[in-house]
Amino acid sequence: MDLDHFQLIDRIVDLNLDEKKITVEAQVPAVHSIFEGHFPGFPIMPGVLLTEAMAQSSGWLLLGLLKFERMPFLAIVKEAKMRGYVSPGQLLTIDAKLEHEGSGFAVTKAKIRIGKELKCSAEITFGLAPFPDPALRVHMDAKANEIGFPLQAITHD
Amino acid sequence: MSSTFDQIANIIAETCDIPRDTIKPESHAIDDLGIDSLDFLDIAFAIDKAFGIKMPLEKWTQEVNDGKATTEQYFVLQNLADRIDELVAAKNAAPGA
Repeated sequence: MDLDHFQLIDRIVDLNLDEKKITVEAQVPAVHSIFEGHFPGFPIMPGVLLTEAMAQSSGWLLLGLLKFERMPFLAIVKEAKMRGYVSPGQLLTIDAKLEHEGSGFAVTKAKIRIGKELKCSAEITFGLAPFPDPALRVHMDAKANEIGFPLQAITHD
Repeated sequence: MSSTFDQIANIIAETCDIPRDTIKPESHAIDDLGIDSLDFLDIAFAIDKAFGIKMPLEKWTQEVNDGKATTEQYFVLQNLADRIDELVAAKNAAPGA
């Protein structure tokens, strides 16, 4: 998890396009300046970053389903629930599943677990737009490679 | 069973916090009810789910942008209800439906 660059997902564990779901992992840094303020003496991950982690996980799922032809942009977060504290150094397992693909938008449901313990959940809506800049597409390709996105999953048919 | 218009109106009232009695068949979703694109996305999700369809919002938007259709054809609520009825009928007529 690279908090400074808002790159929250470390690796894709499983991408199942038939079942329209993804599992990823993200390691919360043991040390970061965020924890100096949030909170002194009781460092925990801000809920907004956990929500963003669920959004990014969903985003990778959607990129796979869309074969990288469109970019998902966060539009609506509903029912975001922070069910327990997430501390520095913990490993997050994030599951996201497609709830609905509409015309120009998609809705996912995502969950964060630490081990078997459910920590967060949300329903997230994305607008699906053509890549606004070729540089973004290049970046997403490079990032996909870095986090182990199974590109063969979107090129076999 | 409530009409398609009633179902849409209920969805809009709940999604956008608009009093149900102000939502009429002749209401224009954008011009009269002030629904913006983000709220409409939320409404589209609820309508898609309620009717088991996929409203072709991008196609409709393109037609309006190209001057081939007016916003009234899709965003006056009775017209929207008619479009939804057509989509449901087409879905039910499709092979395997």
